[in-house]
Amino acid sequence: MPKELMNKKDIDRALMRMSHEIIEKNKGIEKLCLVGIQRGGVHLAKRLASKIQQIEKKEISVGSLDIAFYRDDLNIRKEQPVVRRTEVLFEVTDLKIILVDDVLFTGRSIRAALDALMDMGRPASIQLSVLIDRGHRELPIKADYVGKNIPTALSETVEVQLVEEGLEDRVILEKVSSEE
Amino acid sequence: MLTNKDLLGIKELSVEEINLILDTSAGFKDVLGRDIKKVPTLRGKTTVNLFFEPSTRTRTSFELAAKRLSTDVINFSVPTSSVVKGESLIDTALTVQALGADFIIIRHSSSGVPHLLAKKLRVSVINAGDGTNEHPTQALLDAFTIREKKGKIEGLEIAIVGDIAHSRVAKSNIYSLKKLGARLRLIGPPTLIPKEMEVMGIDIFHNMEDGLRDVDVLMMLRIQMERQGKGFFPSTEEYSRNWGLTLERLSLAKDEVIVMHPGPMNRGIEITSEIADGPRSVILEQVTNGLAVRMAVMYLLAGVKR
Amino acid sequence: MRILIKNGHIVDPSQKIDEVGDILIEDGKIKELMMQDAGYKMQDRKIKDHESDSRIIDAKGLYVLPGLVDMHVHLREPGFEYKETIKTGTMAAIKGGFTTVCCMPNTYPVNDNASVTEFIIRKAAQKGYCTVLPIGAITKGQKGKELAEIGTMINEGCIAFSDDGHPVMNSLIMRRALEYSKTFDVPVISHCEDLTLSEGGVMNEGLMSVTLGLGGIPAEAEQIMVFRDILLAELTGGRLHIAHVSTEGSVNLIRDAKKRGVNVTAETCPHYFSITEDAVKGFDSNAKVNPPLRTERDIKAIKEGLRDGAIDVIATDHAPHHRDEKLREFDMAPFGISGLETALSLSLRLLEEGILTMNQLVEKMVLNPSRILRLNKGAFKVGANADIAIVDINKEYRVESERFVSKGKNTPFEGWVLKGMCFLTICKGKVYEW
Repeated sequence: MPKELMNKKDIDRALMRMSHEIIEKNKGIEKLCLVGIQRGGVHLAKRLASKIQQIEKKEISVGSLDIAFYRDDLNIRKEQPVVRRTEVLFEVTDLKIILVDDVLFTGRSIRAALDALMDMGRPASIQLSVLIDRGHRELPIKADYVGKNIPTALSETVEVQLVEEGLEDRVILEKVSSEE
Repeated sequence: MLTNKDLLGIKELSVEEINLILDTSAGFKDVLGRDIKKVPTLRGKTTVNLFFEPSTRTRTSFELAAKRLSTDVINFSVPTSSVVKGESLIDTALTVQALGADFIIIRHSSSGVPHLLAKKLRVSVINAGDGTNEHPTQALLDAFTIREKKGKIEGLEIAIVGDIAHSRVAKSNIYSLKKLGARLRLIGPPTLIPKEMEVMGIDIFHNMEDGLRDVDVLMMLRIQMERQGKGFFPSTEEYSRNWGLTLERLSLAKDEVIVMHPGPMNRGIEITSEIADGPRSVILEQVTNGLAVRMAVMYLLAGVKR
Repeated sequence: MRILIKNGHIVDPSQKIDEVGDILIEDGKIKELMMQDAGYKMQDRKIKDHESDSRIIDAKGLYVLPGLVDMHVHLREPGFEYKETIKTGTMAAIKGGFTTVCCMPNTYPVNDNASVTEFIIRKAAQKGYCTVLPIGAITKGQKGKELAEIGTMINEGCIAFSDDGHPVMNSLIMRRALEYSKTFDVPVISHCEDLTLSEGGVMNEGLMSVTLGLGGIPAEAEQIMVFRDILLAELTGGRLHIAHVSTEGSVNLIRDAKKRGVNVTAETCPHYFSITEDAVKGFDSNAKVNPPLRTERDIKAIKEGLRDGAIDVIATDHAPHHRDEKLREFDMAPFGISGLETALSLSLRLLEEGILTMNQLVEKMVLNPSRILRLNKGAFKVGANADIAIVDINKEYRVESERFVSKGKNTPFEGWVLKGMCFLTICKGKVYEW
């Protein structure tokens, strides 16, 4: 029985707050860009970009990143990850990149994303923005901007559902059996 | 997910599998656009190129693809045939497997050799061309190129011109384009087009002008000089006069026609330089796409559970 | 040694016997035949219980046939013993129900002279489990240029002549062979293949060979030579026997020739009425044979030819090869199917399909080859050698080449479930059971 942790309004307010935080911490959006991790992160990155644009009245570049090639678990996964597009149409060197993902969990996806970005160039800095931080980090990774902190058990899953994927905007928590 | 550990031919692939390979290739093409054109995905794996037929372009393309995926690459260039060396084909392949190969990319002059190896070996066998049977990665990169340029393959009028009887490239393309829903035409002299292919629902033209009318995609095949002495056509001059692609003939196709060629080209025989270097030609893009497709194939095969 | 076979369904078309009865064998020869219709059954007292050197075989529900005669096998000895020897080949023959085999001369050296013939006959007497009759080469070295010493070889024991493995491409030489053979009243067995048309071919020419990228052998390569040989037989009056017929066209040509009164006979092999070129899919070299496996249409025509008598004989063309030779590039693998151990089972399917009766099957596999080769085989006559095959037409089994007695495990029928097999063979006074 899935439990709804955030509804449409909650998500929207969180993104609005995060947009302000990003602008505040970076003292404006000079040399700033957003890169969303496929798939959930990409939609959120676009939403953040649009809100930031509203606030600052200036455009901010958005890219999407597929991390399938950089994962560390290719040998043990039951199914091969689907390969999606990577569209970073700007030079990352010397830019401040805000990596965007929907759920921060073990931190391994972020590690993969960092490697991918490093292979593309030499960013000036990389910051991390996530909608949900559910704990249980396995690597020393920390998010700079968090929508909501949700302590979870390993036997639970957190899923961010978005309108862009054909669902209603919401964040749900579900208990699953140990078989994943 | 692919179902077989090997890529032996288009005949053995379902439409879903072909589309999966093409979609995955798009992701790899992105990688090739960057400064660092390498990904760590298959780090630690070993690729062996087992080429029994001389080839520079295909072998280099596979070698680069394997390296871009971070595998270690070894090239075994076997002169003429294993009979000359005294070692049997199976023994050579088992030795390579014992050295720790994860991928064996094989090109051989006898049809069916990759299939034989695939049965006997644990590793993934990739067919880089076997006799006059198939050259699946070429067909896949051709399909990728067409899809990129035209947005789709279904319903397109595609003509393949040249020595179809002896071309494994043509055959693989025929199987894949048919599966993907294209409307196929074969153009060439009767001696070079097997009449049995009519049964496959393909139109055969011996007159180039008739065959080229309103075509969306034109695939030119290399005319092999060796065929000249065996009664297939009297001379390359006559071949060129009747089936060579000139600007005049090209104008009969649709305005947005794309011209393809698997290479290497015989400029002036099957295709003129103006067309090869001209705006309708996608020949060089085929080469780039070949890298992406081969990376995609290796990536997907690595994911097949044994 | 006395053997009594009881209650078996005895089939001997030469004496019009097709009923249940008993056969008594003594010292390897037929001693007595007692048919059920005769009113009384042979008393068991003919063999006393305490007699040590005697045996009673209850063949109830089984067929008792004269031992089969295979007029086309390759025993590979001398020269290719790694593929098969006279010993292992004849053992395979016995297992398949054959008590007489005729071996082709494409050995090494070729059997084109008396000493090789003598070697084969001597080896067969020492090691062979069944009767082996050599077929000599038509031309020296089977090269198709000069006639071999046919008369001398006949003296030594050859019963027919063939360059099998190769055609005699030169029409003049084939003409001379047919003419010359009349002296000795022996058949010339022709391997019909126009080499210029079959060049580079490794399977039947058609859509399948195109899609697999393998060189094709067109049906016409066989038909052209069948036609030529028939005309030469007509011209010369010699006795022509066409080996391994595989196409519809050939069957038609032979049928027409017979109607015209030409002295021609023909054989086919079980694979040509059981399996098509589809078996080559996946590049299985066990399906690589010459002439190649053809189409459904050809199979239908071959069956019709068997039914109406255009084709006289079912022979095996048993062609064993070493496993390593077949486990290679399709182009380079040798042609051939190891057929002795599956032939009878495959041929029994013709009974189920209504193509032949058991009598007719015995004609195709015993009487006709005997007649063509002027052998005295196939009849259960008192005093004749006891060459017997006891067949269970209902027993089902799965073909497993690993269990073949022949050294050749090359068969496209691996895994097939067949019904009917030879269950016991009696030859040269010995009993073999499986």
